[in-house]
Amino acid sequence: MNEIFTLHVNGEERPVRDSWLGENLLDVLRDRLGLMGSKGACEQGECGSCSVLVDDELVCSCLVMAASATGQAIVTVEGIAPQGAPSDVQQAFVDAGAVQCGFCTPGLIMAVHDLLERSPEPGDTEIREELAGNVCRCTGYGRIIDAVQQVAVTRRSGRNGQETP
Amino acid sequence: MTVTDDGSTDTISRSGARHGSLGTSPPRPDGVDKVQGTYAFSSDISADGCLFGATLRSPHPSARIVSIDLSAAWKIDGVQAIVTADDVPGQMTYGLIAQDQPVFAADVVRYVGEPIAALAADDPEVARRGLDAIVVEYEVLEPLLTADEAINGDREPIHPDGNIIRHQRIVHGDVDARGDVAVEGTYEIGMQDQAFLGLEAALAIPDSGGQGVELHVATQWLHEDQHQIAACLGFADDNVRLVLGGVGGAFGGREDISLQVHCCLLALRVGRPVRMAYSRAESFLGHVHRHPASIWMRHHATAAGEIVKIESTMVFDGGAYASTSSAVLVNAITLAQGPYRCPNAVVDGWAVRTNHLPCGAMRGFGAVQACFAYESQMDKLAAACGIDPFEIRLVNAMRTGDTLITGQPVLNVAPVEECLRATSALALPDEPVGGVLAVDGSHDAMKLPGGAGRTADVSDVVRGIGWGVSIKNLMYSEAFDDYATARCRLVDGPEGIEVHLKFATAEVGQGFVTLAPQIARTVLGVDAVVLDQIDTQVGSAGSTSASRQTWMSGGAVNAACEAVRDRVFAHVAGQHGWGAADLFIEGTDIVDGVSGVRIDAADACAGLEIDETVEYRHPPTTEIDENGQGDCHTAFAFVAHRAVVDVDPELGLVKVVQIATAQDVGRALNPLSVVGQIEGGIAQGLGLAVMEEIIQVDGVIRNGNFTDYLLPTFLDMPPVVATMIEQPDPLAPLGAKGVGEPPCISSTPAVVAAIRDALAQAGVDAPLDRVPVRPADICL
Repeated sequence: MNEIFTLHVNGEERPVRDSWLGENLLDVLRDRLGLMGSKGACEQGECGSCSVLVDDELVCSCLVMAASATGQAIVTVEGIAPQGAPSDVQQAFVDAGAVQCGFCTPGLIMAVHDLLERSPEPGDTEIREELAGNVCRCTGYGRIIDAVQQVAVTRRSGRNGQETP
Repeated sequence: MTVTDDGSTDTISRSGARHGSLGTSPPRPDGVDKVQGTYAFSSDISADGCLFGATLRSPHPSARIVSIDLSAAWKIDGVQAIVTADDVPGQMTYGLIAQDQPVFAADVVRYVGEPIAALAADDPEVARRGLDAIVVEYEVLEPLLTADEAINGDREPIHPDGNIIRHQRIVHGDVDARGDVAVEGTYEIGMQDQAFLGLEAALAIPDSGGQGVELHVATQWLHEDQHQIAACLGFADDNVRLVLGGVGGAFGGREDISLQVHCCLLALRVGRPVRMAYSRAESFLGHVHRHPASIWMRHHATAAGEIVKIESTMVFDGGAYASTSSAVLVNAITLAQGPYRCPNAVVDGWAVRTNHLPCGAMRGFGAVQACFAYESQMDKLAAACGIDPFEIRLVNAMRTGDTLITGQPVLNVAPVEECLRATSALALPDEPVGGVLAVDGSHDAMKLPGGAGRTADVSDVVRGIGWGVSIKNLMYSEAFDDYATARCRLVDGPEGIEVHLKFATAEVGQGFVTLAPQIARTVLGVDAVVLDQIDTQVGSAGSTSASRQTWMSGGAVNAACEAVRDRVFAHVAGQHGWGAADLFIEGTDIVDGVSGVRIDAADACAGLEIDETVEYRHPPTTEIDENGQGDCHTAFAFVAHRAVVDVDPELGLVKVVQIATAQDVGRALNPLSVVGQIEGGIAQGLGLAVMEEIIQVDGVIRNGNFTDYLLPTFLDMPPVVATMIEQPDPLAPLGAKGVGEPPCISSTPAVVAAIRDALAQAGVDAPLDRVPVRPADICL
């Protein structure tokens, strides 16, 4: 039963040993590869805490069979930015008060990066709809929306700055 | 500070305040680790060679255990240890107030999910197979599932302690008093789950020789856990050392023991580290919940709407074990008048034992259930007197010096009227039902009840407005010896002058790790503050509950820092020939008030090593007597909520459009953290109003997962407009009141009142005397 396969995670080839066929991607990331950033809170795709990117698609890693993700580019929260050098989204979460207990945060970081890639300046309703798959029990979401909007504004001024000769 | 309707926050709150001191909002010290996924939650902690523990639980709400056969489980390769009640070396039961809950059921099981055995195996899958192989023979009994049966004595006790956990009356003033009008109702509150996202998890590491154990665990109170675990293991408290594992939310659900004793027992049995982690389904069974309650209430008032007397009977279903039921009940009955003057009262409160899931602490702790009843009553009273719901609350608003129905005077600042008026002054939503029309004249479905389902037609939707106001007691009550400990060390090390703080205060997300350094910087004028590990190697901090840690652990950190500062002042005064009593800290300077000379605080501390540990206690409280009279509470906080909702009366669908609130915070020590508590608490109050309920049928939970137990999402949660009422409380060590619980208390009745208002406009008569409000309660 113990399969050996390889996953492409955060730009590295990672051989997976001691996994059982059918083990989900979340458990493989955490228990086989030691990437503890992705969190499990519902185990049925309802809360978004385990969100990762698979070939640029945001998925709940608890619903993905790990062995089915071979050959695909997997990005976890650990792959968003180097340790100690947070991304703009990550820093905005800290600065805006979007983090309390922090258990939902890695999944939300993935979802917000994904959202802003697809829609650089989302409105309030769009943010709410796009992030509705990520449950937070602490914040009531207000400061998270604030963080997303802060990043959108900062990125826009950065783009405008680049356009200016 | 105000959170504006566009959601932005003005975080620069105090002109001139040094960044990182009290009154500013520095970032969380654990923030970067949390956003990068490197913060270690208790479920992320492991150890070399560790085994995985799992728990066997009862499938029956009431049954006699005839036999337990472990032989097949022992034959599974990889099963290393199995423990049952026979293997508990110390006290067989535990509990926060009464020790009535077995570590493992021995003779009978009293609820679905009660632990019967635990085992440790090489990996989680083997552990699960091991559980499946344990054979338990049960003689199924008729469960006790109604509070009435528990109270009326028709049933045999389901526990040696009896079926009544607590019965307490309050009799106050003239029991025969009458007013011009009387209104009454019976209100039901469903069972709510804390639903913290970080599931229960722990790692137990046995000492070599097996004479002690170290437990890394997510909890709200390390020392209480330590004491209960040690008793069950038959150890002295010091032989059980606890370290706080990263806590993924708590909200009351981590006050009680869950897997702590099981995990330690297994680790000691095998002599190896053991890790345990609950699944979501197991978590619903493994921690206590908010009590479901039935509350009858009658208000007598003058024609002008002034409350003359309240009468109430409150029945709380505590489930199978006592947990904190007796304290929850006392909160509910002693706060039955709400934040209103009330000269006379007769209240009868019952907390009973049934074969339902055990109930205990959840954010609001009894005040939530009472508030849904008294606020529903205030609207009935307003209607009976022909007065506006806002006005009737103003007419009765409590003030400092008013007396509770327990006879206790409210000595804290009590800005109820200010909360009401400030909330009323906040702008109502500027968008109409359905939002602003698109260019093609269509409505945005996401802004209508039912959302993306596109079920509601804008012409059917009615907007309503409702009010909720509440009172919450802060800290522990009824003569409890409530204290917190903190240690402050001034260190002149390689990094220069640093302040090291040590406390056992459970950081559960609320941000005490942000606040404590703010206190130290303000008191000592030193910017570099280091937090030591949170564990039991310092005195107890008490529980992170009852909105108490800013006041209690904040008070302890403040006192410890002041003790260090006094010694620094004595040293500096001696060096410069100043009077120590003339010195004070301003920014990062020590200032001599006589000469006006100032020196840099860090420079002045060069070469000093000072170490002070302080226990902070709030003034003592008393028991209540048989008539419920006594000064049983420590302090009080108040809040007002105004909800705006859109309702489709025919479909029974609700969209909460806005919550406005003004909260009595005393003093906002970290304004951004206060906003986080306000918004997060309101989300949980909204959940109880229209979404969240644990459903049990014949004692069996039917929705123990996040597909069926509905939590508010981004789309369910409306914008919050918030104002803080800052009147520093002279009784609080830092002027600050606890802010965690009030937001979730009166937000619930405010939402329900708004739904009632909308339905009244639509000509629909629905009492909505039960939360959560379900579609059928509106449209059928």
